[in-house]
Amino acid sequence: MWEYTKKVKEFFLHPKNVGEIESPDAVGEVGSITCGDALKLTLKIDKETGRIADAKFQTFGCASAIASSSALTELVKGKTLEEALKLSNKDIADFLGGLPDEKMHCSVMGREALESAIASYRGVVPLPESGERVVCKCFDVTEEKLRKVIIENRLTTVADVTNYTKAGGGCGSCIPDIEAILREIWSLKQAAERPREPKKLTNIQKIALIQDVLEKEIRPRLQADGGDVELLDVEGNKVIVALRAMCVACPMGGVTVKGIEEKLRELVSGDLVVEER
Amino acid sequence: MKPIYLDNNATTAVAPEVLEEMLPYLRELYGNPSSMHTFGGQLGVKVREARAKVAALLGAEPEEIVFTSCGTESDNTAIMSALETYPQKRHVITTRVEHPAVYNFCKYLARKGYRATYIPVDSKGRLNMEAFYKALDDDTAIVSIMYANNETGVIFPVEEIGTVLRERGVLFHTDAVQAVGKIPIDLKKLPVDMLSLSGHKLHAPKGVGALYVRKGTRFSPYIIGGHQEHGRRAGTENTASLIALGKACELAAENLESEVPYLTRLRDKLEQTLMESCPDPRINGDTGHRLPNTTNISFEYVEGEAILLRLDEYDICASSGSACTSGSLEPSHVLRAMGVPFTAMHGSVRFSLSRYNTEEEIDRVIGVLPPIIKELRALSPYGREKLAAEKASQCASSST
Repeated sequence: MWEYTKKVKEFFLHPKNVGEIESPDAVGEVGSITCGDALKLTLKIDKETGRIADAKFQTFGCASAIASSSALTELVKGKTLEEALKLSNKDIADFLGGLPDEKMHCSVMGREALESAIASYRGVVPLPESGERVVCKCFDVTEEKLRKVIIENRLTTVADVTNYTKAGGGCGSCIPDIEAILREIWSLKQAAERPREPKKLTNIQKIALIQDVLEKEIRPRLQADGGDVELLDVEGNKVIVALRAMCVACPMGGVTVKGIEEKLRELVSGDLVVEER
Repeated sequence: MKPIYLDNNATTAVAPEVLEEMLPYLRELYGNPSSMHTFGGQLGVKVREARAKVAALLGAEPEEIVFTSCGTESDNTAIMSALETYPQKRHVITTRVEHPAVYNFCKYLARKGYRATYIPVDSKGRLNMEAFYKALDDDTAIVSIMYANNETGVIFPVEEIGTVLRERGVLFHTDAVQAVGKIPIDLKKLPVDMLSLSGHKLHAPKGVGALYVRKGTRFSPYIIGGHQEHGRRAGTENTASLIALGKACELAAENLESEVPYLTRLRDKLEQTLMESCPDPRINGDTGHRLPNTTNISFEYVEGEAILLRLDEYDICASSGSACTSGSLEPSHVLRAMGVPFTAMHGSVRFSLSRYNTEEEIDRVIGVLPPIIKELRALSPYGREKLAAEKASQCASSST
């Protein structure tokens, strides 16, 4: 059972500003019924003062999703658009006296709906979806969103990222990608300090190192999802692997190979190419 | 206020008679049945009696009952025993809707190099028998298929499966944790080699279970140590709890005949009324082959955790297969295996009754839940056109 604060319970049981504003000035819709939560935010904006005159919401989701949405509407009312945009997901969570870690994504959803509503009001055409790299296919989370939430909330672990965005909480095949993004964001400095010229590995050292990385870093993760990978051969910088068990049938197979390649490039040699056979 | 407890597939109240029976063994009669002195040794008789009562409920022989610590231990033991005693066979068959005690154990085995096949189910949660026959091969060491599903209550064709497996000479284990005590089971007639049960699902306390192992079945213990349970399960007997389990089985045997129609009636009343008075409901599972105490209903376009927490305000206890209640971010693997539509997947609620539920309690739920669903529907951005259309047609019909 989740430990919700009194305020979350209050806003869940008696939500404020439920509904849809008729002929709204701004509409923000995020989430989907597939993912388990979704929010439609409608705003009335006073043209003269530029302030949010009214805000209403409709939410499909759990208690904290409903409470976060309601909290959002309370927070934005009376604010100018600039002020509203300064609200972070943490402000929503704080307003409610905090949310359980696993439920932080509910506050992120609120913040996203607000952004999307204001963008629509300002006539910003949302980027075509194809242009964005979707990292988590299970919950349709883009790299852009991940980076934003990671930086804003100073997230450092995959578990945190899952709590805040759901990414990685489904099939788990994007976890190496999330790790790579986290590493890139928080260890840019380290990377810069890394020696430019990696020491030259002999073939035997290289194969041993590849095996070691597969064994310690990659296989346990795949096995956790019922999959596996086997190293078949190494030809120069080409690493030939075979995916086993669940990975064979998994539509995310391509993603898995990519993840393995990233990991090997990082830990063994930057010029490695992974091929599946 | 006493809660209205409709979550008996999760756990049950310890029956007062059971508690009464076990208390002396937590107080003064704390001996070890293996001891030579009378103080401990006298408990051996009580353990024997308890074993006989468990056996009687199942139509088994007392020596076919091995006491364990829980249903999960029984399940793990059964499967591991088959793999240990048929080391040349490396294949396990189970289902996609199995309890994690078997499902995740098979996943674990697959990581250890065994082969695991998960038989799919149809939209009503019925086993795809064709896929089952196809999956069977000479490498199959054991088939582990649940007697009845914990989420939907759907009962599997255990007799048919067992008959085929007996002909093929393949071991058959069934996780009957949800079935024992709820429906009659007669192992004299049923071709099952091993069967798991759990105490706390039938009004005994948590922390005790049993594994039925048919006479003549090759067996290898899972917990190694002392001589207890004739060398089939080491560890000092949990005397108070297994005496409690014996009592609970005795009560179940006594009550079964009257309980099945009683629970069926209450469950059907609950289900039918909710189906009539809530917007867009659907029953998950094959209503023709179901435990008498279980109903799993999805309310489309609303989310399960929200429903449960609203019910909680009225001290009504139920459970849901929604993502938010599963501890992970994905909804129930059972509902997913059944291909329940996404609009209904997150809004599932399971009510599971016991002999202690009353008609008044059911009436209370019937009164409380429909307004909750309607309120949550009013909050939801989905299914609004449908709601509006229904309203319009209702208005039209009421005006004529």
